[in-house]
Amino acid sequence: MTDDRLRATPDEPIVAEGRRVPLTSPKGLRRVPRGVDELATEHLIVNMGPQHPSTHGVLHILLELDGEVVMAAEASLGYLHRGIEKLAESRRHHQVGTLLDRADYVSGIHTELAYAMAIERLMEIEVPEKAHWLRTLMGEINRITSHVLFVGTFGMDTGSMPTFLYTMREREALVDILEAVTGSRMMFNYVRPGGVTGDLPAGIIAKLETFLADVDMYLDEYDVLLTDNEIFGPRTKGVGVIDGTTAVAFGMTGAPLRATGVAWDIRKAHPYAAYAELDFDVPLGSQGDCFDRFVVKTAEIRESLKMIRQLIAGVPEGPHMAKVPKVLRPPAGEVYTAVESPRGELGIHLVSDGSDLPYRMRLRSPAYYNLAVIDEALAGGLIADAVVTLGSLDIILGEIDR
Amino acid sequence: MALDRIFGENSMVFIRSEQLFDAARRNSLWYVSFGIACCAIEGLMSAGGPRFDYDRFGIFHRGSPRQADVMIVAGTVNKKMAHVVRKLYDQMPEPKWVIAMGACACTGGPFREYPNVVLGVDQVVPVDIYVPGCPPRPESMQYAFMQLQEKISRRTEERLAAR
Repeated sequence: MTDDRLRATPDEPIVAEGRRVPLTSPKGLRRVPRGVDELATEHLIVNMGPQHPSTHGVLHILLELDGEVVMAAEASLGYLHRGIEKLAESRRHHQVGTLLDRADYVSGIHTELAYAMAIERLMEIEVPEKAHWLRTLMGEINRITSHVLFVGTFGMDTGSMPTFLYTMREREALVDILEAVTGSRMMFNYVRPGGVTGDLPAGIIAKLETFLADVDMYLDEYDVLLTDNEIFGPRTKGVGVIDGTTAVAFGMTGAPLRATGVAWDIRKAHPYAAYAELDFDVPLGSQGDCFDRFVVKTAEIRESLKMIRQLIAGVPEGPHMAKVPKVLRPPAGEVYTAVESPRGELGIHLVSDGSDLPYRMRLRSPAYYNLAVIDEALAGGLIADAVVTLGSLDIILGEIDR
Repeated sequence: MALDRIFGENSMVFIRSEQLFDAARRNSLWYVSFGIACCAIEGLMSAGGPRFDYDRFGIFHRGSPRQADVMIVAGTVNKKMAHVVRKLYDQMPEPKWVIAMGACACTGGPFREYPNVVLGVDQVVPVDIYVPGCPPRPESMQYAFMQLQEKISRRTEERLAAR
């Protein structure tokens, strides 16, 4: 009886679950249903996004609320779907990098690297040592630019605007170095099958050393601004908890997985480029909450800096590009390569039919799997924590929607 | 006051209300923080950051379209997104301006072959300034805002001439 009264038309479905009992009768008298002692409430569906300053792009989340408590969350994707996988089928292998840069637009080097590794494995190209070195160096610089952007935006999500202004300072310093080496601030197209497009220009190591001399002081500032902050701690500790079993079951990778205590890093598990020769640790969390995800990310910045210091200590000699044909025609077959992008395991599944175009290219985007856990992470929490939890997962919609 | 130095002390200045309002609009262009894709990192975050600093032009971001004057369309608009862009534009109070940032917002860019992609945001909302580049540098966005300020100045003159 109550259900039918709420429908505008008989065919319209009722979206919210839960008891939907009108609190007032048509006569204006308060009506308490028989057999119910407490106040009856109804669930509310709230749209978060697609335009929302904290969704990091155009993500649309349907939140089912009971008062202030989130009962369920469902992500609605596709607002940035632009057919990167399909368009790659009409691009030559050298041109696919242009599209992949725009998939994960904060860490282009890693996406390009995954694709270049796929081609190299199919064609059995021997990559020179210098190219491996350059890929690792640029990859780690790119990882720091991505991580400091995360620290800044996560600060904004938790209500600390100044942190963003501090992190942009470090980001600009590193983006300058990336621009000097690759020619672009964001869309690098630097890693190509067989090597990289260019060697380091003169004076860039000195510039990097200047940055490395000051950076520890900058990172300590982040600790003052966020990690040791009186407000930031309670805002993030115990919020959006994901346990290790759930994280593995959902296929999560990267910092959100490592924050639960699962030690899984592609750079250690399946070393690529020059990572096998480097000495670095994989920072782990224990609680799997927003605070641990943040702490793991900041610890990864320090590990990346450690790697950069090791890399610039010994610059290898030699060519930066292997001898590859002008038109790449990998033999028929399929291959899966994965790299550790700032967001997790970024994989390329490439199927080749022997022509100069990829037959099928699939991008395993880490943020897609990390976002899938959103229902588990948000349900049962408060609506004020939804933004913090979403921010801590560090999603990039470009690679989720592809 | 600075005006005293220009006009002399205790002077009286007569100004048309259009001139006054447009001068105020020109120098406080607030944009909706609405980043669609890659361009948002350059056009909204880097350009709004401490190095390029939109703030010294009076340009600042607002979370709600109802408080904004400018919409920067920063990224590819596809068919699912198009009606959202239109709805946001309709929510903004008059007078309002739109900057199409980057190749995707201008023409569809590298993704224009894909049938899901709208070939330029000018098919959805009227665009005032087009900024080419993939993505444009933050300096380009500053230039775009300076062009928009020029455009508002010209608008004042036209409105006064039409009197």
